[in-house]
Amino acid sequence: MNPSHKLYWLIGGVVVLLVVASAIGRILRVRVKDDNAAAVVDNLNARVRAWWSMVAIFAAAFLLGRNATIAMFALISFFALREFLTLTPTKIGDHRALSVAFFVLIPVQYLLIATNWYGLFSIFIPVYGFLFLPSISVLAHDTEHFLERSAKIQWGLMIAVYCISHVPALLLLQIPGYAGETPLLMFYLILVVQMSDVLQYVFGKLFGRTKIAPVVSPSKTVEGFVGGAASATLIGAAMWWITPFTPLQSAGMAFAIVLMGFLGGLVLSAVKRSLGAKDWGSMIEGHGGVMDRMDSVSFAAPIFFHATRYFFT
Amino acid sequence: MWLSYVLIGSVRALLGATPRWVGSKPEQRQRIYFANHTSHIDTVAIWSALTPDLRAKTRTAAAADYWGSSALKRTIALKALNAVLIDRKRTDPQADPLGPLHEVLDAGQSVIIFPEGTRQPQPLPGAFKSGLYHLAQRFPDVELIPVYLDNLHRSMPKGTYLPVPLICTVRFGAPLPRIPEEDKSAFLERARTAVIELAK
Repeated sequence: MNPSHKLYWLIGGVVVLLVVASAIGRILRVRVKDDNAAAVVDNLNARVRAWWSMVAIFAAAFLLGRNATIAMFALISFFALREFLTLTPTKIGDHRALSVAFFVLIPVQYLLIATNWYGLFSIFIPVYGFLFLPSISVLAHDTEHFLERSAKIQWGLMIAVYCISHVPALLLLQIPGYAGETPLLMFYLILVVQMSDVLQYVFGKLFGRTKIAPVVSPSKTVEGFVGGAASATLIGAAMWWITPFTPLQSAGMAFAIVLMGFLGGLVLSAVKRSLGAKDWGSMIEGHGGVMDRMDSVSFAAPIFFHATRYFFT
Repeated sequence: MWLSYVLIGSVRALLGATPRWVGSKPEQRQRIYFANHTSHIDTVAIWSALTPDLRAKTRTAAAADYWGSSALKRTIALKALNAVLIDRKRTDPQADPLGPLHEVLDAGQSVIIFPEGTRQPQPLPGAFKSGLYHLAQRFPDVELIPVYLDNLHRSMPKGTYLPVPLICTVRFGAPLPRIPEEDKSAFLERARTAVIELAK
């Protein structure tokens, strides 16, 4: 099978999965009686509906090719940063720095991927963004909360732009014997992260008893995490045939992705709460905002990228 | 006009400008919408938050000394936003500055006004000018809808020229009740409080 045939099969597989999920949602909706359970099922169905749209957008971008995929992630970063900064208190003195972040840093970061400039891609935001954004803000001569404001803007950029851009950056990797197949690696990463999130949710709803971090993220349970992490790792191992890894290596990679995704969900939930919000936004029905869906991806992507780059190129 | 679609499209893409109907519904009724004023995008933001059929029958008040000052601004205000220019500087002392709004309301259309008269640096509205009171007196059957524009003071504050993309919402409150024989300052304070309540 060549890479694009594999991609068709994978997208077909996801569609089958969604059909099954939609059918289960329908059946549950008819069978539940009390109001509490009905609310859970309605939310579940809203989430599944939103998944149909998300899968459609991703599939379209993947099928349109490399530049479309990079552009789609640039847009995701744009929406994610917008959600982050909407909740972050900034002042009029940050106005120019914020404009630069949105209209210069996001396009440049993704153009660096499109033009294969790995060296600058990997330091652009941590070095140049880090030094020059506060330099722009300082020109407004406002010292009130200056450190907090600069730090929060940089944090938002690191998560929403730098970390998320490591998903399409997988296209840059030159893995021996895997030429032309890097889009599949991207598919693998997103599939494992999202399946892990979904399965943790499902296991948590079915068997969840013991809360892991009730203050930070009340819906996360030990049972949900163990069940979800184990099954997502198994799914990752079973998908070895679309990666440059052996089945065992693939299990290890999937486990690293699952673990980082879990930590990302936890850390960003704490950030969200410290900013006084329950959801990042309301763009995706049933899920919340774009950041609510990308929190685990943002932590998993850079680690997966560098682990693959270090061991396989 | 195509320009109004460009304006509405870009405001939606950058700022969302999603409507939240908190105390009223997007119904086809004659209304005076009154809002806090912090940025040049405010008019377009309320405009995009209205449904197309409401938009077709709603006109917005714009300051003649600003929006009439160049051909481009004039085109945007009159053609794209279907605005009514208000002479807030009272260049003709004989004319009633609210005159153009009376015509619009007499014709059965709704209006959007910013009762503070000018943009403020802070999100919560300052003292209201008396225009809203006079309109309310003259048109007792028109609904008075308070509107709170959230986050626009951060997106494009006074003195800046490029909007920062932050999610902005447009909250429409419950119609302001009419109290017979209420004096001007009490009415204006009550109207201002209604906008502030929406900020919570």
